[in-house]
Amino acid sequence: MNVRTQARLWIAQRASAAVLALCVVVHLVTIIYAVRGGLTGAEILERTRGNLGWLGFYTVFVLAVSIHAPIGLRAVMTEWFAWRGASRDWALLAFALLLLVMGLRAVFAVFT
Amino acid sequence: MNPLRVRIWRGAEAGSFSEYEVPREESQTVLDVVTYVQRKLDSSLAYRFACRVGMCGSCAMTVNGVSRWTCRTHVAKVAEDGRLEIGPLHNLPVIRDLVTDMREFFDKWARAKGQFSGTRTRHEEFERVAPESEERKKVDAGIECIGCGVCYSACDVVSWNPEYLGPAALNRAWTLDQDARDAGKLDRLRAVSGDAGCHSCHTHMSCTERCPKQISPTAGIAGLKRAVIKAALKGEL
Repeated sequence: MNVRTQARLWIAQRASAAVLALCVVVHLVTIIYAVRGGLTGAEILERTRGNLGWLGFYTVFVLAVSIHAPIGLRAVMTEWFAWRGASRDWALLAFALLLLVMGLRAVFAVFT
Repeated sequence: MNPLRVRIWRGAEAGSFSEYEVPREESQTVLDVVTYVQRKLDSSLAYRFACRVGMCGSCAMTVNGVSRWTCRTHVAKVAEDGRLEIGPLHNLPVIRDLVTDMREFFDKWARAKGQFSGTRTRHEEFERVAPESEERKKVDAGIECIGCGVCYSACDVVSWNPEYLGPAALNRAWTLDQDARDAGKLDRLRAVSGDAGCHSCHTHMSCTERCPKQISPTAGIAGLKRAVIKAALKGEL
């Protein structure tokens, strides 16, 4: 991987961190509100189904996670396990896709 | 005063600590202790020093596990119960005893393009740099590096990622990036980007904590990260 791509990955990780900082706060507040209010699973689904706002919000959340986590793991793999080179990057790309697919699947499951 | 009990690393990568007893003196430095051992107790001890006054950067060692310049480190400040453990710097191959092979440390300065790249010749006027300009102030904050290797020895990222250029080389690159006369900025930014460069810094700040010249390589590395973002956004990187 060339240096330009490495620098861009770093920028992508910082940018996705900024998005996650907001998303995590909204997510946690929503969870606490839903639990304290005593909402049932069915009542939560009632609110999320067909709601484009929540669809958009959690799609952005999943995209940010799929970008942020694998890039962070890339440094962990390098520094803790001395795993470098193309095999590491392909494995992390697969991990990013896994996060993306599983995340979006969950998002659509509460939308439809 | 009771004599000091000093353990000093003997050997290369493989070796062990040997214990010596050294008389305590007023205002004694760690370098004084090592010199006493070499001159009075065991002339085979290998170590480096030159200026003895904190200018040359050659006497850095680890003292009780912490990387320090030894000529300006007073025993009274670092001895624990009258004991000192003195070893070679971390993150560098040990040649013998307290002497490390500094080649990789300085080669990384070259890899970070730590050379000034000017545009004028000796036949032209000097370029004038206003002392109060922001760039000049940033250069001033980082320019007094003596190349002792303390920051490099204290850096966790260097120990985890041997390719990492390290705080001193990146600090040097930063001072040149802020030098109004330098013409090699873009090439340098490319050299200090990515996995081996500024983007691998975790901002642990061990370099800043340990630098005997009170330089903050961490601040310079953060500056390089910002400069890389600007260059990337302009499509220049």
